[in-house]
Amino acid sequence: MAIESPLAAEQSAPILVRRPTVTTRVFQLLRRAGRLPKFATIILLLILVIPATFADVIAPYEPLEAPGGVRDRLEPPVFAGGSWEYVLGTDKVGRDMLSRILHGSRISITISAIGIAIAGTIGTTLGIISGYFGGRVDSVIMRLVDVSLSIPPVLLALSLATALEPSFQTVILVVASLLWSIYCRQVRGDTLAVRQQDYIARARVAGASHIRIMVHHILPNITNTLIVLATLQVGFVILLEAGLSFLGVGLSRPAPAWGLMVADGREVIIIAWWVALWPGLAIMLTVFGFNLLGDWLRDRLDPRLRQL
Amino acid sequence: MQRFILIRIGQGFFALWVVTVIVFGIGRLSGDPATMVLGLDASREDLEAFRERLGLNDPIIVQYGSYIGNALQGDLGDSIKYPDLGAGGAVVKRLPATIYLAGVSLLLAVAVGIPLGVLSAVKRDSIFDGSAKIFALLGQSVPNFWLGLMMMWIFAVNLGWLPTSGTGGWKNFIMPAITLGSFQVAAITRLVRSAMLETLDSEYVKLARIKGVAEWKVLWKHCLRNAALTPLTYFGVIAAVTLTGSVTTETVFNWPGTGLMAFQAVLSRDFELIQALVLVFSGLFIVSSILVDILYAYLDPRIRFS
Repeated sequence: MAIESPLAAEQSAPILVRRPTVTTRVFQLLRRAGRLPKFATIILLLILVIPATFADVIAPYEPLEAPGGVRDRLEPPVFAGGSWEYVLGTDKVGRDMLSRILHGSRISITISAIGIAIAGTIGTTLGIISGYFGGRVDSVIMRLVDVSLSIPPVLLALSLATALEPSFQTVILVVASLLWSIYCRQVRGDTLAVRQQDYIARARVAGASHIRIMVHHILPNITNTLIVLATLQVGFVILLEAGLSFLGVGLSRPAPAWGLMVADGREVIIIAWWVALWPGLAIMLTVFGFNLLGDWLRDRLDPRLRQL
Repeated sequence: MQRFILIRIGQGFFALWVVTVIVFGIGRLSGDPATMVLGLDASREDLEAFRERLGLNDPIIVQYGSYIGNALQGDLGDSIKYPDLGAGGAVVKRLPATIYLAGVSLLLAVAVGIPLGVLSAVKRDSIFDGSAKIFALLGQSVPNFWLGLMMMWIFAVNLGWLPTSGTGGWKNFIMPAITLGSFQVAAITRLVRSAMLETLDSEYVKLARIKGVAEWKVLWKHCLRNAALTPLTYFGVIAAVTLTGSVTTETVFNWPGTGLMAFQAVLSRDFELIQALVLVFSGLFIVSSILVDILYAYLDPRIRFS
């Protein structure tokens, strides 16, 4: 967070400073809640990046194996009468919840990264072409965008997943086919604005080709938008993947996908609440972290996007 | 205005046409429908007869033509689970339950989101604003199927205040509507807040204050009227999220609508039923976004004339 200079000046003045009590401290935190990039990054690091990288080292057990066999199934978490052996409890076949959640973060992060990369590349390319050339090319691409925005996403996913087998690739396909149009529309708008600039006309006069102008003069000027959009979409993708897996059309068992784990927990919700609680909490905190980060980046890099 | 409406309707028809092509294409992606329906151990004669009956031996264009022809006459294909009604009839029969639920949840979202957004814009950077912001961000982050499940566990299983699932009285609406509306409340709160912040800065609001209009009237009449337009432009996103959410929400709460139907259709591999659902929902989606665009153009002349 940037230092608020007037505030700093005020504090350096020799006035009586009362030590903040816990309550005022909490109030301050709440007041600044919207501008907490540090907080966001910490959550993200804890829940996503570290476990995803070091899942094999950190996780106490293998995600797909039941270390104690069925004997240890539905063990409660340690603070609800369980033992330290399974800190967050076990699921209905005796697999350790903590290990599965740690490994699950890997799935979420991979799917978001690949899906957004594909969608971003397609959407950006088409968006720049559309905005740069205008005319007929523009209207064809924009009609495609309209169409893709008018297909209900989950139903498209359901029909794709039924037609092809539910798998990692299907989820990526669904994510990419949903997100490219959002990129395309945004990038087109930005390109239209950049194209008006003098330096584009000068580059043209200097003999730069269309491709050179698009890659070297327009693309660098819309990077901020791309970064903000990508961050804001990670949360959306994680939620979408979780929803698809929950419905049984995303990843398939026994993969430790968070959505699948909530679906497993649904079956035993009456006797074992922890099976559904943890993976859902992991989804929520991760998405929350990315949304905070995206909000902050947007305010820093591209305030025009405020309403996204 | 008329020209605008006509162009918009034309675009809508075009979009619907492309949707039929996509739906049809996905149907053919899935491989041979004959083996899918009859199973791998069906005899060669049976398979051949099945293909002949459904016209699967015709060129793909002819197949698409007959698909469109049937669809235009209201025949959206057969359903394994609902042989009497057909896929189209089954969707229509289940549609009201989904629309009720979506309607209640949107009403809830508007009733909570607008006041929350207005108040947090007015009390900008206060504790209230901060809490509302966290609340909104959390609402956009929570997976709704999980929220529904947790509410079910707390209020239905443990406390026994509300029924776990199904339809019946108004009590059955509470949890599904909150589950389905969680994202929308958050979205509307944030949109209204940022729109209010902009209008609060404008000249006519200053004028209204200078001429002595009561503060509550300035806020809820002068400002909100303009600020309320912004969420309308995001109707597309909100509607898409509602539809998406209806599948998971209805599955969690066993709500007998089209969302649950889609889930069951996937389980039983009732492919033509899914096709019909995609088509009907895309149609509804397109019609409602045309209506919103027209409403928006009517309310905001800048759109109409550009």
